[in-house]
Amino acid sequence: MGWLVPAVTVGGLLPVAVLILDALSGALGANPIQRATLQTGLLTLVLLILSLACTPLRLLTGWTWPARIRKTLGLLAFGYAALHFLIYLFDHGFDLALMTEDVLKRPFITAGFTALLLLVPLALTSTPRAVKRLGFQRWTRLHQLSYVAVSLGALHYYWGVKQDHTPPLIYAAVIATLFLIRFLKRRPARPGRQAGSRPAKP
Amino acid sequence: MTDPRTPEDQTQPSELQTPDGQRRILTPGSDLNPRREFLRSAALFTGTVAALGGGLEVLTRRPGAGSAEAQAADPFSRADRPLGPYDTDEKVTPYQQATTYNNFYEFGTDKSDPARLARSLKTRPWTVRIDGEVRKPQTVDIDTLQSWFPLEDRVYRMRCVEGWSMVMPWLGFPLAGLIRRLEPTSKAKYVQFTALLDPKQFPGQRQPVLKWPYVEGLRLDEALHPLSFMAVGLHGRALPGQNGAPLRLVVPWKYGFKNIKSIVRITLTEKQPQTTWALAAPQEYGFYANVNPAVPHPRWSQATERRIGELGRRKTLPFNGYADEVASLYRGMDLRKNF
Repeated sequence: MGWLVPAVTVGGLLPVAVLILDALSGALGANPIQRATLQTGLLTLVLLILSLACTPLRLLTGWTWPARIRKTLGLLAFGYAALHFLIYLFDHGFDLALMTEDVLKRPFITAGFTALLLLVPLALTSTPRAVKRLGFQRWTRLHQLSYVAVSLGALHYYWGVKQDHTPPLIYAAVIATLFLIRFLKRRPARPGRQAGSRPAKP
Repeated sequence: MTDPRTPEDQTQPSELQTPDGQRRILTPGSDLNPRREFLRSAALFTGTVAALGGGLEVLTRRPGAGSAEAQAADPFSRADRPLGPYDTDEKVTPYQQATTYNNFYEFGTDKSDPARLARSLKTRPWTVRIDGEVRKPQTVDIDTLQSWFPLEDRVYRMRCVEGWSMVMPWLGFPLAGLIRRLEPTSKAKYVQFTALLDPKQFPGQRQPVLKWPYVEGLRLDEALHPLSFMAVGLHGRALPGQNGAPLRLVVPWKYGFKNIKSIVRITLTEKQPQTTWALAAPQEYGFYANVNPAVPHPRWSQATERRIGELGRRKTLPFNGYADEVASLYRGMDLRKNF
């Protein structure tokens, strides 16, 4: 399984290469910055959802490999969120006053920006050393911020769409399903188990 | 026989040379050969990269319409003709971009949908119903209607409510001429435009994204303003389906959504028409929709815009730069309320 994490990393970064090629070849169309903003935003949401799908998948199947790629997927999501934000800043001429006004005055931007801020401590504490330092319990609780971040991300998408809300609602439904699986699968199993214990290997 | 290995052994190459008979677990199907093991891992690696990378692309990539297609030289050239009194001398948006980056929800909500799907729109035969508060209500064929007026070029700025803009060389005739020809009655205060309703030709109309058909309207004095224009062509050739063939409205000092496309009916009314976007989101889109950098959209500022083809943003001008011509139409009105 040594190939798994490198494969997820390379696969997850593939869209960056495609985005750059598209930008160079003019395939992003008449408004390339808008296209790049939308695509990096969607990539953030998809990767966040994939990272949040790891635990429910493990709970449902007993497989252990999803847990091994969760961190990579989460970090990739953070990378795309940062890229998304950078493109937004570039789009607004790196005008921080304008950005501040946007963040404070427009709920759509507020939601997205908050989601990004919430991901920062998660990315910073993604090392095994940070887990040790914080203690597993506290680390776990901190990383539950990702639930808030992904929800805000979906809301940001929903509010950003002008009229056709079907795609953001599909993402929201997937997120809700993942939450539901965690809730249903974890609750009854809790007593009698150690915190953070893994299902026994078959 | 060489080095039978359990999966756990793989990370410990030092054990390769020291076969340990007691720890041997020969699982059926496991590869016994390190070379085959490597190939298997390489295949799994490649497969995972392709699956994840491909999956992400499928979910998120929306290329902005074929760039190789229609790279032909722009048919409209300003060198051929002198600037008219209402023309801007700014750089005209290339035909390829003007025809592949379109909001036309009748085809779909993505900007590449109209160019992709416009072939389904049949613009001949096409009739326009003219009714309401007019002395000469009638249904007229588009070619007849077009023949009533000499066609002229108008190079106008167009500003979309989403914060992008283009410079469009329209071909058509002033709306005022058409209205006068219809002979409005004294009751006529507004002009209502209705677009074609036909889900067979407009796949986007199969979804209730907006209330179909698309309806737009102007106050009569706005419609009679010399800038108000009915376009039947773009870049010196017939209007493409994605740009609103065969007949569209162009009111350059208003946001793009006022410029209703593929018009089948023009009705003069006493009351202000209920327009599509104002119905869909009244807090965001008003009846007037005059380009106004001072009044932000609830979700974004309108102070700047991106001219298609440029990377940076430029300042948006009041009434899209046509304030000298049209500001007087709104004297005494609060344009924050009447947005």
